[in-house]
Order: sequence, then C-alpha cells, then structure tokens
Amino acid sequence: MALQDKYKTLIDEATRSEVRGLQVREQNGVLYVDGTAPNGSVKDQLWNTYNQIDPNFAGGDLVLDIKTAMDATTTQVTVNTKSSNLNIRKGPGTDQPIVGKAAHGETITLVSRSNDQWWQVRTKDGEEGYAYAEYLSADA
Amino acid sequence: MKIKQLLPIVVLAATLSVSGCKEKDSAVKTRVEEKLNANQETAGTMVAITDGVATLTGEVSTENGKMESGNIAKGTKGVKSVVNNIMVTPPAAPVVITPDDPMTLALRDATKDHPTVNASVMNGTVTLTGTISKADNMRLMKKISALNPGKIDNQLTVN
Repeated sequence: MALQDKYKTLIDEATRSEVRGLQVREQNGVLYVDGTAPNGSVKDQLWNTYNQIDPNFAGGDLVLDIKTAMDATTTQVTVNTKSSNLNIRKGPGTDQPIVGKAAHGETITLVSRSNDQWWQVRTKDGEEGYAYAEYLSADA
Repeated sequence: MKIKQLLPIVVLAATLSVSGCKEKDSAVKTRVEEKLNANQETAGTMVAITDGVATLTGEVSTENGKMESGNIAKGTKGVKSVVNNIMVTPPAAPVVITPDDPMTLALRDATKDHPTVNASVMNGTVTLTGTISKADNMRLMKKISALNPGKIDNQLTVN
C-alpha cells in the first residue's frame, strides 16, 4: 500500500486521463501500472509524472507499462528516431539483416502489429520488413 | 408482600432471558460462520448477530459469493433477517514477467541505440549500468518497461 501512496499522483492522473484497462498491482515490492493511453501525449505526461516522483527512475519500485491506443484502421506511421535513420530488418530482432531504412520524420506504411516490439512496415520504395515499434508513432 | 417475595424471581428470570438471548445470538453466529467458512466462495465473510439480525461484512471475490453468503445466513436457524454489506473485490491476476532468456534478447534490441548502457537480467530483475543522458534515460525506460520486466534496477549515471 505504501507504493500506491508514493505513486498516487500518477495513478490518479492515469484514471483522470481515461487510460483504458488500467491495472495497479503490487507484487514482491514492485508496483505494476498497466493500461492503454488514449494518445501519445497522455503517455508522455504519465512518464513525466513518474520522473518527478522518482527522479531518474532510480527507485526500482515501479514498472509503468502504458501502451498507446491505435485505431485498427491506422496504416501510416511516422519514424520518430532522435535524428538517425530507422533500420528495417528481415525479421523481428537486431540480429536480423537490414533490408531497408526509413528517414527520421518519414511516414511509412504499417503492415502488421503482430509483435509488440517489432512492427511490420513497408517504405515508400516498397521495402518490407520489421522496425522497432518504439521508434514509430501513429500521431502522424 | 407478595411482590417483595416475587421480586428476586422476576430479576432472576429477566437476567436469564437477557443472557439467554445473548447466548442465542452468539450460538447463531457460530452456526452461520461454520457454514460460510465451509464454502470457498463465501469464506472471508464476517458475521455479527444482534437480536437475530445478521449483518454480513468483509470481502469475497465474486458477486455470486456475496449472494450465497446472504442465502446461507438467511437459511440458518435463529436468523430473522440479513443485512448484506459484503464487498465484492475480484482478485487481480498475477503480473506476468518475461523469463530471463527472451528478456536477454529483447534487451539487446532495446539498448542497441544506447552504446554507453549495459543491460543484464537475473531472475526477472533488469539491471542497467553505465551512463546516459536525461532524455535518453526516459526513452530507454519506456522501451524496457514495455518488455514486462519483474523489476528495473536503474543504476545509470544520468548526465
């Protein structure tokens, strides 16, 4: 219960921001907060709150797994790498050969999200492969 | 004179009836509790009996368990009526944690763009060492938190 008090602001904020399927569970001294945010900015806001409560995430007592809701009809995603090109690989994993690249800020076609971490995409040149989902956003 | 003679008897009778009633409540309470505890769905219910009125409190995990507790109490000899204040709290499913082997592979992908970070996993706990910028620290934490770790021990020096 002490952890739920520590992260009360975060949990309240998640509830207020209509995070769907919000689950707050405590297990072996770690608090797990899961859910799906209605958009990317709600997710970012929750992470900022987390960082305020636990500076630099050094506490090791929270696992915040907030996904971003995505319309099933979404077919275009934007590459949100820091500045570099995004590698597109033959299979899901960095051990897979690179089959193509997409530029920072480029919009590419989303083929499938069958894997949570690796989404199947197609560039405008028609190269198809897998890209790391964290570097793709639907808020085009 | 007659009244004086009768008084001790009246007092005695009154005492008996009061204590008798009390005893009855506690006996009914025991009977209800035994029945409730024998049923997995209704165990966890607390009972209080006052003059034959059973008040049920506590927590059970299903709506059916709450209803069943009420029925059990109602059907017990000596219970005149039931006040059902039981709370239904469904149990949370346990957190699923990624086993170490697939986590090792996932960490390699997640840290690929953070060459100054070393990540390892042991019994579900992901340990991060090295140095990182403040913005990248949040990026990395977002990536790793999505991998269902048991715990993230972030020992990174943030600069």
